[in-house]
Amino acid sequence: MPNTVAAPPDTAKEVPRDSLLVYLLLGTYLGFVFVRSEVASWFRIQEMFRFQSFHMYGIIGTAVLVAAVSVAIMKRMRARDHSGHVIPFGDPDGGRPHAQHILGGTAFGLGWGLLGACPGPIYALIGSGISVMVVGLASALAGAWVYGFLKPRLPHG
Amino acid sequence: MPDLLFRPWPWWVAGPLIGLVVPFVYWYGGKKWGVSSSLQHLCAATIPAGIGYFHYDWRKAGSWHLAMVAGIVLGGFIAARVLAPAELLVEISSATARDLHGLGLTDLTGLAPSEVFGWGALFSPAGIATVVVGGFLVGFGARYADGCTSGHAISGLASFQLSSLVAVVGFFIGGLLSTWVLLPLVL
Repeated sequence: MPNTVAAPPDTAKEVPRDSLLVYLLLGTYLGFVFVRSEVASWFRIQEMFRFQSFHMYGIIGTAVLVAAVSVAIMKRMRARDHSGHVIPFGDPDGGRPHAQHILGGTAFGLGWGLLGACPGPIYALIGSGISVMVVGLASALAGAWVYGFLKPRLPHG
Repeated sequence: MPDLLFRPWPWWVAGPLIGLVVPFVYWYGGKKWGVSSSLQHLCAATIPAGIGYFHYDWRKAGSWHLAMVAGIVLGGFIAARVLAPAELLVEISSATARDLHGLGLTDLTGLAPSEVFGWGALFSPAGIATVVVGGFLVGFGARYADGCTSGHAISGLASFQLSSLVAVVGFFIGGLLSTWVLLPLVL
């Protein structure tokens, strides 16, 4: 019954102020990429779910490839993070699939196909001037909140 | 050179640029990159309501996320309003354009269809289904699955997590259902 998979958020280290600026810059980079590459476009998501273009598959595929190679290199080098700590690659649960992954995933997908945006692009679209996406974000927050409320009663493992 | 900033980027440029975020966040923060946790942190910061899932030090755990998503808003603004072409036209395939015309959409300009994603359309069946219900399901599903496209499809798959592969399968089952069954009902 208890959720064995999702570890509580990492409360171990306080994030120093100056690094918040780095994350702000990272986000700015991401928001720019999401818009310029059209990842944030409802039309591109429709193309993807209709299998009528390679664009989104190309983006996700090459992103995974670059990320996987980078992680493999970091693991091989036994790389530590820039504060010198060991990097916790992989889930605490070892990546074992549970009911929450297929159930939550399907719910997410239903939303993704309707809204045409996953969380990152939602923020980017708000910035791009599609102000009604603020309602989209508020709805997503409501969804997250309802999940938190229902969590003890939902199948996870 | 500056022209490259204004024109849409191909997948083989965008994908690697996004993929590099994974090793960067591992190196800089010792953390797995994902975006949907921001929704949890925002709930914890605003309406925790005594719910266990929102009962933690969101400032410690989530400040980096909140800074990042604030940045995403800013980046979207810069890409669409500052270093932007005169008109944002997503050149989708003619097959998709045909399908969308068939569903009743006439304006295919911009990042999202103005006939659906606008304050005037918000209370129509199409607007409610896409923005409100769609948004709700994105937030609910992402937290239930413990990750969205960034956390599972990119970071998770990059670490060969089977849980992430299962989540991505779910993403597609849901997305295909929405595209082929739900959207035709509401548009």
